[in-house]
Amino acid sequence: MAAYTLRRLLAAIPVLFGLTLLVFLMMALIPGDPATAILGSYATPDNVARLNAALGLDKPLPQQYLIWLGNLFQGDLGRSYALNRPVLDEVLERFSATLILAGTSLVICSVLGLLAGIVSAVRQFGWTDRIVTFIVLVGISTPSFFLGLLLILLFAVKLRLFPASGMYAVYGGGDLADLLHHLVLPALTLSVVAAGVVARLTRTSMLEVLRQDYIRTARAKGLTELRVIYRHAFKSALVAVIPVIGIQAGFVLGGAVYIETVFQWPGIGAMLVNAISTRDILLVQGGVLVVAASYVLFNLAADLFQSILDPRLRR
Amino acid sequence: MNRIIPAMLAACAMIFAPAALAQTPPNVLIVGQIAEPKSLDPHAVTATNDFRILVNVYDGLVRFADGTLEIEPALAESWDISEDGKTYTFKLREGVTFHDGTPFNAEAVKFNFDRMLDETHPFHNTGPFPLAFFFSTVDEVNALDELTVEFKLNEPFAPFLSNLAYPTGLIVSPAAVEKSGTDFGRNPVGTGAYKFVEWQGNTRVVVEANPDYWDGAPSLEAVVFRPITDANTRVAEMLAGGLDVMVEVPPDSLAQFRTDANFAVQEQAGPHVWYLILNTKEGPFKDKAVRQAANYAIDKQALVENVLQGTAEISAGPVPPAFAWAYNEDVQPYPHDPEKAKALLEEAGYDGEELTFYVTEGGSGMLDPVAMGAAIQADLAKVGMNAKIETYEWNTFLGEVNPGLEGKADMAEMAWMTNDPDTLPFLTLRTDALPENGGFNSGYYSNPEVDTILEQARVSTEPEERATLYQQLQEIVHEDAPWVFVANWKQNAVTSAAVTDFKLQPSFFLMLHKVSKN
Repeated sequence: MAAYTLRRLLAAIPVLFGLTLLVFLMMALIPGDPATAILGSYATPDNVARLNAALGLDKPLPQQYLIWLGNLFQGDLGRSYALNRPVLDEVLERFSATLILAGTSLVICSVLGLLAGIVSAVRQFGWTDRIVTFIVLVGISTPSFFLGLLLILLFAVKLRLFPASGMYAVYGGGDLADLLHHLVLPALTLSVVAAGVVARLTRTSMLEVLRQDYIRTARAKGLTELRVIYRHAFKSALVAVIPVIGIQAGFVLGGAVYIETVFQWPGIGAMLVNAISTRDILLVQGGVLVVAASYVLFNLAADLFQSILDPRLRR
Repeated sequence: MNRIIPAMLAACAMIFAPAALAQTPPNVLIVGQIAEPKSLDPHAVTATNDFRILVNVYDGLVRFADGTLEIEPALAESWDISEDGKTYTFKLREGVTFHDGTPFNAEAVKFNFDRMLDETHPFHNTGPFPLAFFFSTVDEVNALDELTVEFKLNEPFAPFLSNLAYPTGLIVSPAAVEKSGTDFGRNPVGTGAYKFVEWQGNTRVVVEANPDYWDGAPSLEAVVFRPITDANTRVAEMLAGGLDVMVEVPPDSLAQFRTDANFAVQEQAGPHVWYLILNTKEGPFKDKAVRQAANYAIDKQALVENVLQGTAEISAGPVPPAFAWAYNEDVQPYPHDPEKAKALLEEAGYDGEELTFYVTEGGSGMLDPVAMGAAIQADLAKVGMNAKIETYEWNTFLGEVNPGLEGKADMAEMAWMTNDPDTLPFLTLRTDALPENGGFNSGYYSNPEVDTILEQARVSTEPEERATLYQQLQEIVHEDAPWVFVANWKQNAVTSAAVTDFKLQPSFFLMLHKVSKN
C-alpha cells in the first residue's frame, strides 16, 4: 500500500512539471503582457519596455521559465506583478478558502447523491424514483452560476436568511458560526450538479448489485431489508461510485471558479480568472500548480479508499 | 446573456420585493467596489478602483476642489511658480503627521518623489511605479527647510499641478516604506482622513476615522471596501442591504434603484472620452470628408440613450466638458445627419470600400463596447459604409491598437480617463505622439497648428491662457475629425437612504471624508 502510494506520488511529479510548462507556454503565447495590462491606456512601447524590465520580463522565455523552476525548488513561487506580493502567500490564502468551499460541497454532494441514488434504486420506477430522478436531472442541467443568483435572490434579498456574498461578515464577525452562515448558499449551489452525477451513478450501480444472486440469497436468509441494502448491496455499489466522487472533487474545484465569482468567495478560482486577465504569469503558474497537485491528491485518496473497500484492487 | 440575466434579476426582485433593509453596522460605511485593489501604494497603481480607496487614506500636496477639476491646496498651503515655469516652490502645512506618528515635512515630500523617479534611491526597488512618467519633467526635488519644498523641472510643464492632484502624487509615510519595504502596498500609511486597519484578500479593506485629520475628523467611525467583481452579485448585495454605497451600477439596474425610496442614485459626468480612432494615413479615412461623414452617420443620441441607457452624454470633441475651465461650449457635437453623410461620401468619391473596425470585448472605461460597435456598424451601413468588425479581448486589443492601425484597420474603439485637458490630446493627437515616437496617436493624425497649440498650452502657467488654447484646439480637431467623437461617461453610484452628504466627483475619485450615516 505504501509502495503503491509512493509510486503514484512520484508519477504525479512529471505530470505537474508538464503542466507548469504548458501553462507557461500558453501564457506566453496569448497576446498581451503584464506591463500592457498594468498600464492600460498608458501602454506606450516605451512605458511597456521600461515596466517589463522592472518586472524581469525582458529576459528570454526559456530563461524566465528556468528561473521560475529554480526558485520553485527553493520553495519560492515568485512575486505577483499585479498584486505586488509573494505568490505563495496569495495562493495559500486563497486556496484555503477554496478548500473550505469545495470540501463542504464535496461532503454535501456525496451525502445527497448517495442517498438519492439509493432511494431511487430501491424504489425503481416508483413515484419516489421518478421525483428524485426529475430533481436530479434539473440539478444536473441548471447552470450553477444561474442557480446561485436565484438562491441569492430568494434567501438573501427576499428572505434575508443568508448573506448574499463573501466569506465573513464585513465588519466584526470572523468566527465559525459566521463562516458557516456564509458557506450555506455557495456550498449548496456548488454541490447540486455533482450531487446529481453521484446520484445517477449510485442508482445504476445499486440496480446492478440488487439483481445479483447473493442479494437474493441474503433476502432468502431472512435478513432485514435495511441490512440487505446497507451491508450487502450499498458497500459493493460504493466501489464503483468512489472514483466518480474523486472525479467530482476535480469538478467541484473547477466549478468553484464560477461560484466564487457569483458569491464573491475569496478563493483561488476567482484569483486565477483575475490573474489570467492581468497576464500575471507567476500567479497563474502558482495557482494552477496548487490546484493540479490537489486534484492529483484527491484522485489518489479516492483510489486508496476504493482499494480499502475492495481488497481485489490491492496489488 | 449579459442582457438577459439583469432583466431576470429585476423581474425576480420585483416578485421578491425587499421586506425591510438588513442592517449594516451603525456609523460604518460599507462600499461595494468592482474589484480587489492591486496595492494600496498610490505610486504603484493605475486603476480608478484603487484610487477610490487611496484618496481617503492619503493626501497630496494639492487636490481637486470639491465638485470640480480645479486645483486647491491640500498638504501644501500655497505655492509659487517661477517666471520661466520651471521651478515650483511649495509651502507645506504645519503640524501634519502621518498615521504612524511620524511628521509630514519637506524631507518626506522629497523621499516620495525620489523613490519614484531616482533609480539609485534605496527604496526605488519597492516599485515598479508605472505612472512615474507623470513626473518625468521633474529634475530634482529639494527640501529648502522643514516646511518648504522646491521642484525643479527640466522644461515648463503646466499639467504639473493636476498631476500632483492625481493619486500618483499622493504622499506616503517614508518611515512606513522603510519599515515595510516591498510590502508597503499591503501596509499603507498616509496622512488622510482615514487610517488603514486591515486588508483581507478579496474580502475587505477596512479603514477607520483619523481623529487628528488636519481638515477635520470624519463623522463615520470606519469605512469597509468590499470587492464584488460580479455586477449582478453587487446589485443583489445592495438590494439585500449588505452595502451602503455601490459604484458602477449596471445600466439595466439603475431604473430599479431609481424607483425605490430606499435608495438614492448619484450621477456625475467625468473627464472621460469614448471615441473611434480613424486611420488618417491610408484608406478611405485619409479624406477629411469621409471622416466627417462617419461623424454625421453615427446616431450618438441613440447610442447614449439606448445602448448606454443614459449613463453617458454625447461627446463633441477631444476635451470632455468635465474640464469646465478649458471647455469650449461653442463646439457642438456633429448632429446625426445621414443625408449630409451620404453627400460628403459622394463628394469624396467613396466607393463602398470595406472598412476594418477593431472592437474590444471590454476594458477600462470602454462601457459596452461590443453592443456599441454593432450599433455603429449598423449606422455606417445606412449611409453605405461597409464596416467589418474584428473583436479582441482587451489586452490583445491594446497590443493591436497602440502600435498604430497602419496595414491592419481603418477604425478602432478607444476610451480615456484623464486628470488634465492636456493629457489626452498631447498623447494621442500630436505629430510627435505617433506610435513610432512612443505615443498613442494610433490614427496618425497630424496638424502643425494642433502641435503648436499643445506645446504652448503645456508651457503656459497662466490658466486663462491655457483655457483659450484648449478651446482653439477643440475647434480645429472637431473640424479635422481624426476621431468619431461619441460619448462622455457619467459615473454612477447608488447609496442607501441612511447615507447623507455623499457626492460623486468629476475626478471619479470617491471622497468619503464628509460622508455620514444615520
